[in-house]
Order: sequence, then structure tokens, then C-alpha cells
Amino acid sequence: MFEYAPAPESRSVVDIAPSYGLFIDGQFEPGAGSFKTVNPASEEVLTEVALAGPDDVERAVAAARSAFEPWSALPGSERAKYLFRIARIIQERSRELAVLESLDNGKPIRESRDVDLPLVAAHFFYYAGWADKLRYAGFGTDPRPLGVAAQVIPWNFPLLMLAWKVAPALATGNTVVLKPAETTPLSALFFADICRQADLPAGVVNILTGAGDTGRTLVEHPGVDKVAFTGSTEVGRQIARSVAGTRKRLTLELGGKAANIVFDDAPIDQAVEGIVNGIFFNQGHVCCAGSRLLVQESVFDEVLESLKRRMATLRVGDPLDKNTDVGAINSAEQLERIRTLSDAGSQEGAERWSPPCELPSQGFWFAPTVFTGVTQAHRIAREEIFGPVLSVLTFRTPAEAIEKANNTPYGLSAGIWSDKGSRILAVADKLRAGVVWANTFNKFDPTSPFGGYKESGYGREGGRHGLEAYLA
Amino acid sequence: MTATTTSRHDLRSLLHGLPGVDKVGVEARAAALGTRSVKSTAKAAAIDLAIRMVDLTTLEGADTPGKVRALSAKALRPDPADASCPPVAAVCVYPAMVPVAAQVLAGSGVHLASVATAFPSGQAPLEVKLADTRGAVAAGADEIDMVISRGAFLAGRYDLVFDEIVAVKQACGDAHLKVILETGELATYDNVRRASWLAMLAGADFIKTSTGKVPLAATLPVTLVMLEAVRDFRARTGRQVGVKPAGGIKTTKDAIKYLVLINETAGDDWLHPDWFRFGASSLLNDLLMQRTKLTTGHYAGPDYFTLD
Repeated sequence: MFEYAPAPESRSVVDIAPSYGLFIDGQFEPGAGSFKTVNPASEEVLTEVALAGPDDVERAVAAARSAFEPWSALPGSERAKYLFRIARIIQERSRELAVLESLDNGKPIRESRDVDLPLVAAHFFYYAGWADKLRYAGFGTDPRPLGVAAQVIPWNFPLLMLAWKVAPALATGNTVVLKPAETTPLSALFFADICRQADLPAGVVNILTGAGDTGRTLVEHPGVDKVAFTGSTEVGRQIARSVAGTRKRLTLELGGKAANIVFDDAPIDQAVEGIVNGIFFNQGHVCCAGSRLLVQESVFDEVLESLKRRMATLRVGDPLDKNTDVGAINSAEQLERIRTLSDAGSQEGAERWSPPCELPSQGFWFAPTVFTGVTQAHRIAREEIFGPVLSVLTFRTPAEAIEKANNTPYGLSAGIWSDKGSRILAVADKLRAGVVWANTFNKFDPTSPFGGYKESGYGREGGRHGLEAYLA
Repeated sequence: MTATTTSRHDLRSLLHGLPGVDKVGVEARAAALGTRSVKSTAKAAAIDLAIRMVDLTTLEGADTPGKVRALSAKALRPDPADASCPPVAAVCVYPAMVPVAAQVLAGSGVHLASVATAFPSGQAPLEVKLADTRGAVAAGADEIDMVISRGAFLAGRYDLVFDEIVAVKQACGDAHLKVILETGELATYDNVRRASWLAMLAGADFIKTSTGKVPLAATLPVTLVMLEAVRDFRARTGRQVGVKPAGGIKTTKDAIKYLVLINETAGDDWLHPDWFRFGASSLLNDLLMQRTKLTTGHYAGPDYFTLD
């Protein structure tokens, strides 16, 4: 085998301060306490960040409230200037941001550099373009912003989820209090610095780091007009309960257990790439991951053999190495969840396989894993694992594929692999999922709306549709 | 799955029964592999391997014995200043130049390849093509690069293409047969995959992308499809076939991308000059320049490397 020598990206391109405060009203301020954030690839402590308590939430919401009137009164073209400026600064500083994201999250630098950061900038550019065209967006002739948006985002795409939330909120004239995930606060704090660099008026964007309690206090705060959450279905339910009966508008983007359907006339080599990209991209920490592979029985052997051969070439290891394909699991807690569900898969009788691969001794790691002989009744076919674990099921007819694909409480995404255009259209039409990819998977674009059916949430982010969640 | 599968309809159903190739997907995969970062020791090993895989080529109307002698001398010792630099895999010339190259290369271990079969168009009667081939082999070529009849292929006459390759293979005797698909004229990746299988079924020892005489020559995605084809063909038949991208590969960076493609598609077994070649001329000097840079730490000017 042709061994690639280590090709590490330099971590010195980004300066990490020894401690970070909360970003409130344009200033970094101390919080009620502090907590550490670690590099999941090495368990090394990266820095200490402030923990926002109820008083901090109070101040942040107040800052966002007082910034709302002048910000929403600005002509759209003026708000657009700020967003364009932020987008350009993100592009200019994308190398720093990519390294920071990989350090804090554990994702491979190739992904943060080639996928996350370009998409983050693209989102700001895209919504900057909408800011002065809102009355032509199809939401009435005089759409108004809602006010203060409380936004709580997950750890799997820290900066990208921030962009998905912040860009449309600002473009439509809302102000924001954002809480990044406990394990990945750094790129959001870096973004706070970018807001200052862009001269964004104080209070328009506020960033509160903290844990679940901080998020709960924030979404329950009476001064909040809009709640946007991306994360687990369980927390989503709690939020829905807490905002019920209030004036708050709510959008939820929750879990998924997507079916990736491979028909016997699929372009097999590309389908295998799509399967790999669907479940091993970002260590499987993707809410729309193609975690249930449905293969037509007549090509099962062929697909599985190709898949295993392909999995054997996946390079697992140092996230900062430019040749790494699969990085570290984001936290010890998540690793435990992946282990528990995988063990359940073995116990319930599914056959487990991983390619031979040496995992680092420090940090949180899980080898890419595939389960065959999985049935709809297995836990690994029903519960979201949120890790690099693929469950393979088979089907005989298109009708059976559709039935199995839809037989889940979730409905975020799905994939179809077939050379036959008519079949793709017919099947896509019957899948109850917010996004259906055809002959590709995990493809994102700011112009395309994204969101779920059923327990995967409601509301759409991205595209023209994404404006609606922030307009009255 | 043998060389007797010549019925027109059998061939058609076999080739059209191969899985399709999704254009967007294969191009995305090739581009992603192109971002692999190959540095330091890996780069040094890759450069030496790439040099050993070069089919140093001159295929011009203006070729003369003097030019071919110079090229052959360079093939034996690409970097006169550095004895540790390996020789290339082969010299590739027109049939008329084979005797000249044979004199220089005799006994060296560097192969002598000749294009034949009315290269580059292939638009000549079969008898002429066979005579062309026999002549080149008799003059000392131990590798023959033939072209397929793209016209017959595109017209769906797979049987004609198949029979022609079988006949040329026979005329080759012990010489290795490389079958040029001229992928730039086949237009779709589905056709590239089918032509690859067709050539392999008919007995090709190597499948080669291009003549270098049409605007679209070797590309990464085309080579990826061909590498998948040889991998799958061996899995089905047990017989290993080589791959040769030709035309348009000019830099070390390009060459390394191809090596990465082999490494992560067909695998280790193809990372050898017996199973993978670069059809190129200017590539060699760039490889030498990068090789010198790695050993000395600085770039030498073009005058430090010999003209072909």
C-alpha cells in the first residue's frame, strides 16, 4: 500500500485565548461560572469558557431587545452590507476557522476546510442577497421581523448551524441570542469577534456559552419572540412544551434515521461512495445521515462487497491531518451512546463488521461500522445512533423499499440510487422526508430548504423558505 | 466470460448489463481523491514510482532516427547527474522508428512499445492493421499500442471491435497488447466502462485512455472508471489487466493524483510498472525537477534537465 506521510495542517494558524467570556451587547463579559472545552481527538483542554447563568441570559436578551429597533429600522440594503461583510471576513479567515472547528469538534480538516467553511460563507452571502428583497419573497408586501430570536445549536456542525440560524435572522431584521453547544463553543466565540470586526451594531448578535440549563433559561425567557432549535428530538419536545401557549414562534430541526435506498439498476460504484458519504461523513454526526441502507436483494452481495472494500480505505485518525477521512467522536458521552447502541445491535443478532483500523489511544474514537442482517425490529434500525454506524436492510420491490423507508418516527432525509429517472421521481414522491437526494447524499446548498417531517421537526431552514421562520 | 464470447447479441447484453456510471458522482470522487496531500517521504516514493511507470513517447510525423535515439538514451538514464534515478518503463514510437530504438534499448530491461493498427484513427482495413502490428513486433517491439475502431464501437458493432482486438492480439505473439479506447471520442463514462470490458474480454493486456491526438485525452474520472473496470474484471475472471492513461499528464502533481487513484481504487497490486503506465513526454522532466528539488532542497532551472 502506498502510505501517505503525515500531512498535518498547522494548528498555529489560530490563536486560542486561555479563557473566553460571554458576548453580550458587543462586549466580552465574564459569566456566572466557567467550564473547559477539550479537543476530542486528544482530550487536551483547549481553553476555558464562561458559563452563562440566568442574569447573563437576562442581560443578553435585554441587549438584543434594545438593538432590535434600530437594526430592524435599517433599510434592507444596509443590513445586507453587514452580512456581505461578515461573509467576506469568514472567507478571509476561513483557514483559522477551519482549524479551530476541527480542534474543538474533532471533524477532519478536509471537511471543515472543503465543506463547512465554504457553506458557512455561502449562507451569509445568500441571505445577504435577500435582505433588501423581502417584500418580493412571497410573504406579503410588508413582512416584519419577529424581534429577539433565541437560537440553540448542536455540536455536529457548530459554525454551519450558527450560519443557518444567524444569517436569515439578521437578514430579516431580527436580533439574536445564540447558545452554541457545550462541547463546541469556540467557533461561535470566534464568530463574535468577526461581528465586531464587521462593525455590526452592539446587541444584534449575542453569544452565550453554557450547558443545557443555559439553553433552557434562554428559550423560556419571556423577552424572546422566536425560538429556533437544532438538536435531539427529546430536547426538542421539552422546548415545544415550554413555549406552548406563549407568543413565541418555534422551529425545530431534530433527529433522523434516513433511508438510503439502492435499487438494482444503480450506478454501484457511485452508490457506494454515496453510502460512505451518507454515514461516515462527519463521523456520522449528521442528523440527516443515511444511517439505514436499504439494498435491493438482487444486488446485495455486490453492494456489500464494494462497501466493505471501500470502508477499508477510510483513513481514521488525526483530524488535522489533511488526508484524514474520519475524525474523532465529539465527546465521551456521545461515544458511550454509540457503543451502547452498537452493542445492542450485536446482542439483537445483527452481524457487525469494521475494517481493520488502528484507533489512537487518546481521545474519543469509534471505527466505521456496518451491521448486516438488520431488520426493522432492531434498535439499530429505529434509534438514531449519531455515529459512524450503518444498518443494512434489504428489500425486494420498490413498494417494499418505500414502506420500509417510511416506517420510522423520523422524516428528515432520504436517498435514492437508480439510473432510471422515472423511478427516482416516483419513489421520491412517496417518501415522507424533508430532503430526498437522488444519486447523491449529504449535499447542502444555501438555496435549498432543509427540514423535517414527523418527529424530525418542523419549519424550514435555507432557501426562500428559510425566511418565513423569521417573518410575521 | 472468455474470449469466445463473440456473438453480437451476447456482447451487447453483457456490456449493457454492467452497472452504469453516474457522471456527477465519478467526477466528484476523482476530484476528492485529487485533494490528497502527498508530502515528504511519500512524495519521494511516488516520484520514483511515477518515473518507473513512464512510457516515454514521441509520435510525431517529424520523428527522425536521431530524435528517437536521444529519447531512448534518456529513457535508460533520465537524470544523467544522478545515478540513483530509475529508468522509465518503456519507449513508445511509431513502427518505422522501432529498429532505431531497439538498438539503443536492447538488453536494458526498458520495454519498447510501438503504436500500430493505423494509429491514431484506426481507419484502415484489418489486413493493413495486422501487417502494421506484425512489422512492429518483428522489428523488436515487445509492446503494441493498438487503437480500437471507435466508429464500429459507437455504431454498436461490439463484435467487430472484439474480433479486431482478438486478431491483433494474435498478431502480437508474445508482445503485450495495450488497447487504446480513445475515451475522448467515446463521450460517456458508460461507454468507457463498456469499452474497457470489451477490450479485456478480447484479450487486452492493458487498457489505455487515449492516442494523445484528439483534444480530450486522459482525465482522472476516466481513469477512475477504467481502474474500477480492471478491478472488477479481475474479481470476475481472475485475470489482471493494466491501465495506461495517456496525453495531457504533464506535472508531478498530476501524476501523483493518478497514483492516489490507483491506491484507493484498484489497490496495491496495480502500483507497479507492470500494471500501470503513464503515456507522456513532458511529464518526465517535471518529475525529474521535483525529484531534484526533494534531494537538494531547491529548484534547478530547465536547462539542468535534458531535452527529449
